[in-house]
Amino acid sequence: MTDQDPTIYGDSLTQPFWRAAERHVLMIQHCSNCGHYQFYPRPFCLQCESDHVEWIESKGQGVVYSSTTVHLSVSTEVEPPYQVVLVELDEGVRLLANIVEGDCDIADRVEVIWRQREGIPPLPVFRRAADKNLPESIRGARS
Amino acid sequence: MNKQSMLDLDKNPIFITGAVETALGEVKDQTELSMLALAARQALHDSGMTLKDVDGIFVNYMGEQGSVQVGEYLGIQPRYADSSDLGGAAFEAFVHHAMLAVSAGRCEVALIGYASRQRSLRSRTRSSATNNMSLTAQFETPYGLPMPLGHFALMASRHMHQYGTTSEQLASIAVAARKWACLNPKAWHRDPLSIEDVLSSRMISSPLRRLDCCLITDGGGVVIVTNQQRARDALKKPIRVIGAGESHTHWHISQMSDLTVTAGTVSGREAFSMAGIKPSDVDFVEPYDASTLTVLLAIEDLGFCEKGEGGDFVMDDRLAPGGALPMMTSGGGLSYNHPGALGVLLLIAAVSQLRGEAGERQIDHPKLGVVHGIGGMLSTAATVVLTND
Ligand SMILES: [Zn+2]
Repeated sequence: MTDQDPTIYGDSLTQPFWRAAERHVLMIQHCSNCGHYQFYPRPFCLQCESDHVEWIESKGQGVVYSSTTVHLSVSTEVEPPYQVVLVELDEGVRLLANIVEGDCDIADRVEVIWRQREGIPPLPVFRRAADKNLPESIRGARS
Repeated sequence: MNKQSMLDLDKNPIFITGAVETALGEVKDQTELSMLALAARQALHDSGMTLKDVDGIFVNYMGEQGSVQVGEYLGIQPRYADSSDLGGAAFEAFVHHAMLAVSAGRCEVALIGYASRQRSLRSRTRSSATNNMSLTAQFETPYGLPMPLGHFALMASRHMHQYGTTSEQLASIAVAARKWACLNPKAWHRDPLSIEDVLSSRMISSPLRRLDCCLITDGGGVVIVTNQQRARDALKKPIRVIGAGESHTHWHISQMSDLTVTAGTVSGREAFSMAGIKPSDVDFVEPYDASTLTVLLAIEDLGFCEKGEGGDFVMDDRLAPGGALPMMTSGGGLSYNHPGALGVLLLIAAVSQLRGEAGERQIDHPKLGVVHGIGGMLSTAATVVLTND
């Protein structure tokens, strides 16, 4: 762990995540001792309590675990209506996110893209996965 | 002797001797502290006591440092103080804590209280924005999920996906609450409500519509918890606290492991096992209806039906007046009042049923009531079992 750098967005544990976000790379923590993935970051593995957690690059692929379309103005960043989802990444962790470039349903395959933001790092959001990114078993089955 | 603790509630029972609402609805002529003070005086009067008898204070959300400002305002220097922060479930948790503190002799007369004027002051916020580098600010706020309704909506969507629960089933919970409210002169909404009305109300955060969501009103209440000896002075029937439990699961919605299962599974199990009861023993329930979804999950998590069967369970007016398992008997947060933390008013509603003081809303000779508070973004739960037996 490194000291918090006041010039970089994030806290001392999340700064590696946001530095990777600048390069449009989605990072999550992985335990090299037991194989557990976790997000958001902790100083050790919550599964086996090992110190051997490292940042790895997520494939940025997952499925929509749950979804809501918000019709109420609560955010300065997005105009309603907009879709908020929990994405379960293929590595097993969940992230809250928006769906962009159309709507998605629960269980749809999605992939990460990045929303540019003024003065702070880009934000991971998701869109329906391109067919080439679908697992073999699912590809072509979608209408 | 109770198996799971040094509590012996049979030999040394714990009672609620006072349970009084503050002014409700829109309160223009009082402050939060004066509202609470007036309710405290009445609740203590019903207990055959005065402020000078109070030696334990269980208060939060009344300004900085929890119980401290209320203690000063009421002129009470407690020997036991608790401002545990479990959101709307805090008041059921306070009954749990007060029961333990009184049982252990650390205080004798516990005052639990709350008052808010969040309607009049328009102080409620829907955004989760906090300090700008909290985990919430980094990973939740930018996505614009309304707090807490968007969180409930994600749970409702998942429940629908997994179990086929429908919007009509959720709406029937709001309809049941309204049927109770129609019988309650203190309820905010007293016009009849149909499932169609709920389904045609404005979409807020799908699948939840305006009428799936609770009110914002002013209000609060005070509850007095004490031991058997002190309860002998009570002017109204003391209501026995026979079980209590609490738990929490998550703060960020990404960390809630199953969106269809709440902390109520643990708080309910703890409370029911302490009380030595099973769901079929229960005559009525006061679940925290922050939305129709929170009632659905409470019913399942407390074991009144299997997980996933809540949608069927709530149909056919089962929760409504005259139903097989009355719930939200004041009209609840959906139709009666919702001053931010409904938990204290749920306790008062249950006590009034068990004393037979519920007027037109009175259930026929109830013996056993369950109060189930929730808090945060359905993050916390605390359950209390009450009896007049
Ligand atoms: Zn590990």
